[in-house]
Amino acid sequence: MMRSIERRETGRCPLVCEGEGGDSTGGRPVHAVEKILARAAGQEEVSTGEIVNCRVDLAGINDLYLQTLRSFAEMGGVKVHDPGKVVMFLDHFAPPSTITQADNQKQFRRFCREQGIDLVMDIDQGVCHQVLADRGLVRPGMLLVVTDSHTTTHGAFGAFGTGVGATDLAIILITGRLWFRVPEVIRIDLEGTLSPGVYAKDIILKVIGTLGADYGVYRAVEFTGPALAGLGMAERMTLCNMTTEMGAKTAYIQPDRVTFAFLQGKAQAELPAVTTDPGYRYAAEHCFDVTGMKPQLAAPHSVDNVADVDEYLGRPVDQAYLGTCTGGRVEDLAVAARILRGRRISPGTRFVVVPASKGVFLEAMARGDVQALVEAGATFVTPSCAACLGTHQGILARGETCITASSRNFPGRMGHAGAEIFVASPASVAAAALEGKIADPRKYLE
Amino acid sequence: MEDVITGKAFVYGANVDTDQIYPGGYLDLTDPAEVARHALERVDPDFITEVEPGDVIVAATNFGCGSSREHAAVTLKAAGIAAVVAESFGRIFYRNAINLGLPLVVCPGIAGLVRRGERVRVEMAAGRVVNETTGAVAAAQPLSAYIRAILASDGIKPMIRKQWGLSAE
Repeated sequence: MMRSIERRETGRCPLVCEGEGGDSTGGRPVHAVEKILARAAGQEEVSTGEIVNCRVDLAGINDLYLQTLRSFAEMGGVKVHDPGKVVMFLDHFAPPSTITQADNQKQFRRFCREQGIDLVMDIDQGVCHQVLADRGLVRPGMLLVVTDSHTTTHGAFGAFGTGVGATDLAIILITGRLWFRVPEVIRIDLEGTLSPGVYAKDIILKVIGTLGADYGVYRAVEFTGPALAGLGMAERMTLCNMTTEMGAKTAYIQPDRVTFAFLQGKAQAELPAVTTDPGYRYAAEHCFDVTGMKPQLAAPHSVDNVADVDEYLGRPVDQAYLGTCTGGRVEDLAVAARILRGRRISPGTRFVVVPASKGVFLEAMARGDVQALVEAGATFVTPSCAACLGTHQGILARGETCITASSRNFPGRMGHAGAEIFVASPASVAAAALEGKIADPRKYLE
Repeated sequence: MEDVITGKAFVYGANVDTDQIYPGGYLDLTDPAEVARHALERVDPDFITEVEPGDVIVAATNFGCGSSREHAAVTLKAAGIAAVVAESFGRIFYRNAINLGLPLVVCPGIAGLVRRGERVRVEMAAGRVVNETTGAVAAAQPLSAYIRAILASDGIKPMIRKQWGLSAE
């Protein structure tokens, strides 16, 4: 069980302390995310709650939102302000399943050609967030905005990543800038040591289950602590990715040796490194001890409806879904292959696997994990968002149960609103595919 | 933006996410009239037949959480919703709706004060929400100056056009 430390009764969450947010008086200690916004706004300093107009370092558009181009035209946009700072991702409809999707992608390609946007990640590349990481396009200290809610993922690199809608992105295309409210910062300190078979996904589900799906709304969430230091970049990306499911505006992890080792030879340019000043006063601090924690899952129909896997053991599963920007990295396919190599999935269960990117797909192939999973009975889908958002490639029928390594179990998210979705770690997904029912993956990983 | 908005209420609980407001299967659509047809269809199929221009959505916490899809704001506005009153909002939905000129009002405790079909009056400047059917009144949180400026311009598109001296397509 996860141990929580409570110092003050709030009736809400395990706390070390919950204080007031920092004030704006001169000389106060400043958080790294505030320094990123201040630099981007061209200001000496910013204060919590202030609205600042920031120059965006990198703006990403995805193919779901043709409205981005419509809003660009509706606002009178003619030329993109800085085409070198724009990336186009054809990832959600990759490859298109309807004529409308195909036509939307066609319009995006034409727009990019006309505007001189060279960073076009076409349907072979994969999900935006993984592609950004694979290509070293994200780096510490940058302000990154994508038309995708999971842009919080890039906090794993010490970047300020946040999701916006189509019109906000169109404003960046026209002006190079966007307004932001400077957020309060919450600190989540991870203590202890994870058991084999328990992962970052389990940690973040526990955090969201404890704090609630709206706890982080408008705020930034930072992860710290010894249990974090031991996590690789893939797991850190999963932690930051899922802060969206507690409503966070952005996530942050202070870059360390693990970060810089990952970025070595990959990151394309350097920004001044930022760090949080000693004595910064967080809006709240929470300490989670991960020692002895069991695999977690979020049961239908809310990401904060979290329980130990024990509570649902044996529940029959129609589809096990491994992939997406939350759970489709090399490490995720590797743990699934470790569980399934030389075995067969349950005959009554479909196992859909979607590598997060082409880079992930190639590496998983080189490792032999793709071979192992296909031999075990996996159905592979091209790197993309696929059925995570209920558009195509693995849609659920009424009454079906799915266990997924993706991020959301909202009603109707992956198909029929009468389907039941359990969100879990890649290991738990693979164990369920093998047994045809919700299972504890630890017995395969000791 | 009108200062006083009065309409029939549709009432929802906590954590109504943007997949419920607008299913992912229709994200390739862009025409607002087409987008409007699928508003809340999987979780409240009666909504689209019952909604009339000027109606108001009332919800508990975290309305519009989840995905960044602007469709969620477009579908409600194009369906005729004139304002959304909730105890809190998902942050991207909040930006998207305000950008479109659809007023969102944060009003603690409101979900317990209104039932579906009752008439609600949203008083923007006064910062209060009145249930005209029962007489219940709740205080709304004030909008920030920047949000007020966007709404006063009828959305961010006219505001950007004006600021940057651009003319519409």
